[in-house]
Amino acid sequence: MSATSGGRGAAPVGDEPAPASEPGVTPASGPQAPWWSRTVRLFGEANPLVLTVLAMLSAVVLGGVLIDATSTTVLHAWSRIGSHPGRALSLTVTTVADAYGAIFTGSIISPSAVSHAVSTGKGWTGVFTPLSETATYATPLIFAGLGVALGFSTGVFNIGAQGQLIGGALAALYAGFELHLPIGIHLPLVVLAGAAGGAAVGFVPGILKARTGAHEVIVTIMLNYVMIYLLDYLLTVQPFQQPGQTNAVSRVLSGTARQPHLFGSGLSVNLSFILALAMGAAMSWFMRSSTLGFSFRVIGSNPDAGRTAGMSVAKVTTLVMTFSGLLAGMAGMATLTGTDFYLSSPYGGNIGFDAITVALLGRNKPVGVLLGSLLWASLEYGAKNMQLNTGIPVDLASVVQALIVFFIATPLLVRDIYHLRQTGARGVQLFTKGWSG
Amino acid sequence: MRAERVVSIARVRGMGIFLGLISLVMLLPFGFEVPARTEATFEISQAPALPVPALSMDVRLVSVVLGLVTAALCGVLVLRRSTRGAYAVFTAGVLCFLWSFLVWVGRGNSLNFVALLGLSLISATPIVYGSLSGVLCERSGVVNIAIEGQFLLGAFCAVVVDSATGSLWAGVAAGAAVGALLGWVLAFLALRYGADQIIVGVLIDAFALGFTNYMLEQVLSPHENLNSPGTFPAVALPGLSRIPIVGPILFDQNVFVYGAAMLLVLVNVALFRTRWGLRVRAVGEHPQAAATVGIHVLSVRYRNVVLGGLVAGLGGAALSIGSTGQFSQDMSAGLGFVALAAMIFGRWRPYGALGAALLFGFARSLVGFLGVLGVAIPAPFLSMAPYVITIAVVAGLVGRVRPPGADGVPYRAE
Repeated sequence: MSATSGGRGAAPVGDEPAPASEPGVTPASGPQAPWWSRTVRLFGEANPLVLTVLAMLSAVVLGGVLIDATSTTVLHAWSRIGSHPGRALSLTVTTVADAYGAIFTGSIISPSAVSHAVSTGKGWTGVFTPLSETATYATPLIFAGLGVALGFSTGVFNIGAQGQLIGGALAALYAGFELHLPIGIHLPLVVLAGAAGGAAVGFVPGILKARTGAHEVIVTIMLNYVMIYLLDYLLTVQPFQQPGQTNAVSRVLSGTARQPHLFGSGLSVNLSFILALAMGAAMSWFMRSSTLGFSFRVIGSNPDAGRTAGMSVAKVTTLVMTFSGLLAGMAGMATLTGTDFYLSSPYGGNIGFDAITVALLGRNKPVGVLLGSLLWASLEYGAKNMQLNTGIPVDLASVVQALIVFFIATPLLVRDIYHLRQTGARGVQLFTKGWSG
Repeated sequence: MRAERVVSIARVRGMGIFLGLISLVMLLPFGFEVPARTEATFEISQAPALPVPALSMDVRLVSVVLGLVTAALCGVLVLRRSTRGAYAVFTAGVLCFLWSFLVWVGRGNSLNFVALLGLSLISATPIVYGSLSGVLCERSGVVNIAIEGQFLLGAFCAVVVDSATGSLWAGVAAGAAVGALLGWVLAFLALRYGADQIIVGVLIDAFALGFTNYMLEQVLSPHENLNSPGTFPAVALPGLSRIPIVGPILFDQNVFVYGAAMLLVLVNVALFRTRWGLRVRAVGEHPQAAATVGIHVLSVRYRNVVLGGLVAGLGGAALSIGSTGQFSQDMSAGLGFVALAAMIFGRWRPYGALGAALLFGFARSLVGFLGVLGVAIPAPFLSMAPYVITIAVVAGLVGRVRPPGADGVPYRAE
């Protein structure tokens, strides 16, 4: 048994860090130490916050190395390091700084847009566009991330968010163009249809695991491909295909099935963002206060204890995968009704994998998932600005993202790299189960 | 002790009902609904020295006869009370279905049967490497979900190194090396730092996908000469390749196919006939007991995971320079997971995995063939088939399997 995953049986329910890691009650600094000394010492400790920040820092540094190593201008400058040493060094730094700078101005706020708006009094929409876009990008990630996090905290690894998202989007689309109702009734129905579509796709690996022991990792990934091809097919036949089209493009949602904008039509952020926040709050309550949520947590941390207490592991597994799929389905619904209004193939981009990373980053807590999704979305959306301004491909963002999660998933490695003091904190506590589990 | 494969009566009945359903398909759409005297021609001659006449079959006749056979097999499975030999009966039924399907697909057409099977073997090759990698890792107690990533990065590096140096063997070495490197990363993070094996594996997959996409865009698109590798030519084994039908399928292939066959035998012998294999299996079954008799559990696991990565990297090279040549986006397309499914289906034994790999390889190459023939089945459903088969295999046919005792369980010396 290793330190991170040690004591599966003795682990506390959920993944609350041990009390010793809470700021201010660190026994290492002793009760006599002045407050500033205790605060400073916290930064040298392997507590979750420091570990998360350092994981991101390490990933950003490695991403910078990749940018430099693949930039022809930097490599060219280094080949002449003998004659122009300063130029090589400054290019190394500025190339990376420009890239990350472009990500920031593209996704959070751009100082030039602010000064322009202040001096002319116009263009305030432009100032908030990056933030609004980031929130819009984050919306499906929050839904899908919550779904994956729900699975993780119950010991089920859902890699199928991609397929479930397609299922949700297809169901929402069907309800969106087939029904003709006033918006107050139509939109909620479309939302429910999306949730149901995702839940149906999530149910399959759940019931297969519960009944036959088929491992959810393989089944969900295979279902992703199945759903991708199913979408391919449906987009070329009626009733899904746009009439008169030969391309694989779906019908367009009727106006009553679209999410209303929150701050006017200039900013893309829409009602589904609020819906995502509400789902986060609902999940938080569900896991903490409901009986079913309790049995989810018990079975996640110790299935044997749950079984002894009379809980049905098979039933919980099926339910968890279904709920997880439901949330992922809402992600597909959100992109469809919030921004796209029609489906094309392939659909959903990288949301399936990003949901896993966001869940890990947020340590399977709804609030963490929310913050992680916003960070992810800012990287993702900002990367477009980076490609536009510096020519570095957007895929850099996914490399950095993967690296962040590498470090998040291995807190002991980060601890050793930065020589942090070990406290009671164990970092992320995650258990996936072997083939027979 | 549980038996390695538990087959319940209910599962056997389920198999029987499945056979009953496919026999209906064979009797109606493939059989009686086909116009009389439609013929399908199978070309089975490829060696010009020994011409074999093409085989023509009446579609309706063949399908109806095979459908009746399958219906009889269905009756056997549903009515019998014993479960012995159920898999053999089931396999026979599925083979009948495949035969009937091929005849139906090839109606009014001619199908090059030898080329189809030869292609199946090439498609199966990376899966064989992948499942051998899985066997090596999991027999020592480490779950290797990273096979997909090792495939992808192995394929990528093989292409780039081969294109840059002009040496195919350097490409193979690069693929193997990068696979081993990813294996080492998995071992390092999971064994040394106690990270969750499955999560690290999935992250390696995600990293490999992101990294190869990035490099494809940033490096390979502007420098197309880096993505123009050669491919290994087929090497006909003297004598053997002249055997009719079997010769061109088995003995006129590229080095990756021969390599997979040799590796298969080698891993099987090493795992079950040598002291090394006994130690590996001991570590995978009961690490505490192995440690008590003086085996260093973590080094055995380390070595096996790196070795498994190397084998998966070879599989990646087989995927690129062993078949299509060029590297394309996400070219492994879930094949690493298919390999894992093959390994599970084969009950963590090399030869068992071979059977499943051949089935998947056949399904994949059949998809390509059907696309060319212009069959009435929509293309997306054909592409879906290998994945649906994988789910069916993992969920339905395998039953409760018994993985190595300590598979996926972290070990820390007391």
